[in-house]
Amino acid sequence: MSAPTTTHGDESHAPAHVAPAHPSVGSLGVDSRKLGVWAFIGSETLFFAALIVIYLINVPVNMARADAQDPKELLGIAFTSILAAILLASSLTMVLALAASKRKDMRQFTIWHLATIGLGLCFLGGQVYEFTHLYEEGLTLSSSMLGTTFFVLTGFHGTHVAIGATWLFATWLKVRKYPDSPENLMDIELAGLYWHFVDLVWVAIFTLIYLI
Amino acid sequence: MAVIERPHGGVATPQAPVSKEYMGWESWLTTVDHKKIGIIYMVAAFIFFLIGGIEALLMRMQLGTPNNTFLSPDVYNQMMTMHGTTMVFLVVMPFNVGLANYIVPLMIGARDMAFPRLNALSVWLFLFGGLMLYFSFMAGGAPAMGWFAYAPLTMKQFSPTFGVDYWIIGLLLTGVASIAGALNFVVTILNMRAPGMSINRMPLFVWMTLITAFLLVFAFPSLTAGQIALFFDRHFETRFFNPAQGGDAILWMHLFWFFGHPEVYILILPTMGIISEVLSTFSRKPIFGYAFVAYSGVSIGFLGFLVWSHHMFAVGLGPLANAFFAAASMLIAIPTGVKIFNWIATMYLGTIDLKTPMYYGIAFVAMFIIGGISGITLASPPVNLQQTDSYYVVAHFHYVLFGGAIFGIFAGLYYWFPKFTGRMYNELLGKIQFWLTFISFNVTFFPMHITGTNGMPRRIYTYEAGMGWDLYNLISTIGSFAMAVGVLVLVWNAITSVRNGAIAPNDPWDGASLEWAVPSPPPAHNFDKTPIVYSRRPLWDIKYPDLDAAHEIGTRAISRRERMEQEMAKMGEQLGEDHIHLPSQTYNPLIVAFGLLVAGFGAIYIATPFAFIASLIGLFIMGVGIVGWVRDSHKDSPYLVSH
Repeated sequence: MSAPTTTHGDESHAPAHVAPAHPSVGSLGVDSRKLGVWAFIGSETLFFAALIVIYLINVPVNMARADAQDPKELLGIAFTSILAAILLASSLTMVLALAASKRKDMRQFTIWHLATIGLGLCFLGGQVYEFTHLYEEGLTLSSSMLGTTFFVLTGFHGTHVAIGATWLFATWLKVRKYPDSPENLMDIELAGLYWHFVDLVWVAIFTLIYLI
Repeated sequence: MAVIERPHGGVATPQAPVSKEYMGWESWLTTVDHKKIGIIYMVAAFIFFLIGGIEALLMRMQLGTPNNTFLSPDVYNQMMTMHGTTMVFLVVMPFNVGLANYIVPLMIGARDMAFPRLNALSVWLFLFGGLMLYFSFMAGGAPAMGWFAYAPLTMKQFSPTFGVDYWIIGLLLTGVASIAGALNFVVTILNMRAPGMSINRMPLFVWMTLITAFLLVFAFPSLTAGQIALFFDRHFETRFFNPAQGGDAILWMHLFWFFGHPEVYILILPTMGIISEVLSTFSRKPIFGYAFVAYSGVSIGFLGFLVWSHHMFAVGLGPLANAFFAAASMLIAIPTGVKIFNWIATMYLGTIDLKTPMYYGIAFVAMFIIGGISGITLASPPVNLQQTDSYYVVAHFHYVLFGGAIFGIFAGLYYWFPKFTGRMYNELLGKIQFWLTFISFNVTFFPMHITGTNGMPRRIYTYEAGMGWDLYNLISTIGSFAMAVGVLVLVWNAITSVRNGAIAPNDPWDGASLEWAVPSPPPAHNFDKTPIVYSRRPLWDIKYPDLDAAHEIGTRAISRRERMEQEMAKMGEQLGEDHIHLPSQTYNPLIVAFGLLVAGFGAIYIATPFAFIASLIGLFIMGVGIVGWVRDSHKDSPYLVSH
């Protein structure tokens, strides 16, 4: 943390709503924590890129083997489309929550913020249901190359959704306890940034694995 | 939270009193100060350096004579794996991070790193990751598959001990530490610069640290993904790297080297930054071609992501892939060559002051040229196919990583020793250590070019007599022990100098960057006044206002004072912070790291009932730490304190 006066004569470059509200705007004119979260998202992008590439290069490998399991047969599009819609809707509610907090409308903020968490939990519940279903159908971590690459990729995505939901919940607790804190807006924005990233990863996974 | 008021203005150099609570042993466990965290990094890395060195000596004892039985094949493999893993992940990386942690905030005129508690978490995770890796010796045997852990050697049937699991989880912990540390450096360097310290006025060490941080952020996830896949292969019967069931051993090589090649620049770029500072300071000249050196670093970092398959020429990826990766690898020689010419031009016509850091700086340039040239030969696929997996490769990477990275670290260690400790090192001992190390380094590693060219494979625990390798191996072994003596001299020098060395002034080398503006060692809050920067050499502006500043050919020379005044007029009034908020000391980063360590042990023994309990306890400890961490941040928040 640092003092409210950290700005080194660069206030003019910072967006007007950030400069007075948050203390740690630095020499780049950006909030330090925001810069950190962006860099972290860059790192996470490479992590998921690696897992997605591992999945994609193994699609033909899986199909060429005697124990091949066909993703087209096993991975139903209908149900995962609902999951995708839920997660995309949670991005919308996140935007609404942030907008409400900018208006200082605490009631609306609470509704949309908790709706985001709720939708995230619905997604996770759906994923647990889907995984159980697939296991019953015979797709497991060790049943084929499809099982190996599919579960590790989507499982790690689910873990990130869970972390994102926890982050959002912690933010809500803090905002509820200190409704007037000038840090609230940035706290919500950062949790939201990560949440949108997690949604975006799902868009990539859904497109590359279920649709194509 | 302590708050210190400070006035605006130029650079001040008064001695600030060191409070007692800042120095007790407990203060080291609870510290969030970048300088103490830097010291912890460096001391830990140095201890790992001694351990990794002992492993190397054991290997050299085994290889000194043919058909030797000093080490069993399995123990030799453990030594080889641990030596490589230690030197890369637990020595060169953390030492560079430690130096940067201490020096970078001072160089850019910052109070601390951007996220002091995250910084503390990084150092503890690095330390615990390293200790966990070494615990494998007591838990059935260290990993024995080589530092790059090629599949399928890492499968349970070929590596039945828990060594590989310790390697995975230990390095995951240090990996989290590295990424967290890198994020911290990115934000610190981009966002915490003092007024006037524009990107193009940053010292080159700061530049190289910034590039390295970006490399870490983007390269490490590939290793993490690979290690997770490997962990699943070993414990959940997945098939990622199991060729018998459709998995692909070459996939591991791609994942590993996509990380592994940027990693070598992660090791060398910071030391190139150190060398740029040292050569310039001891030649009493500004660095020649500042922008070229800085942007060559950027292009090395960028190209570093496009060359990973040159570690895999022998795989047979096909002529097109080989041609691409060979060309990209050779391209890196251009920015590297640019840097070398700039360093030489920096020394040319300089007033050279031959202190120990300068010895190491010059030796770095010379040794790095040798290692770079052998690297160019290895970038050619036909040559590479002859040399790959031979001692020629061992010679090459020791010339760049010892003659390069370690020499650079030694240069930095001597250079900043007065700043870290407040004492001068012993110059005579420093020079003795230099000559011992320099000569014995070449005695050890130069013959390996010859043994490699004569066909001696690397990673063998012994060899037959009469292959033409005997004499060269004996010479290498003798050289390695002489190097060890050199290290002992360094330890002796450090210990005696910390105790009885001459008191170091603020600025023993007549430096130009801001770390020399503060007392040695600096007070907890670094700068009494926020420094304002008007050029690339802010301290010279203050010390030598009448000295000519660099100027365009054909224009009138102007003094530093004159230029400062022009810059002041251009920049308008600059105000630094007028309060310094020191974040509270806290155990919480240590607690979070410890929780992750316990959970990590749970992961290693995941097949046993112990795993569940350990993971739960670990996650609980981590949760306690995180809650405490959030409380700390509330305690330090100006708004929440007042409510």
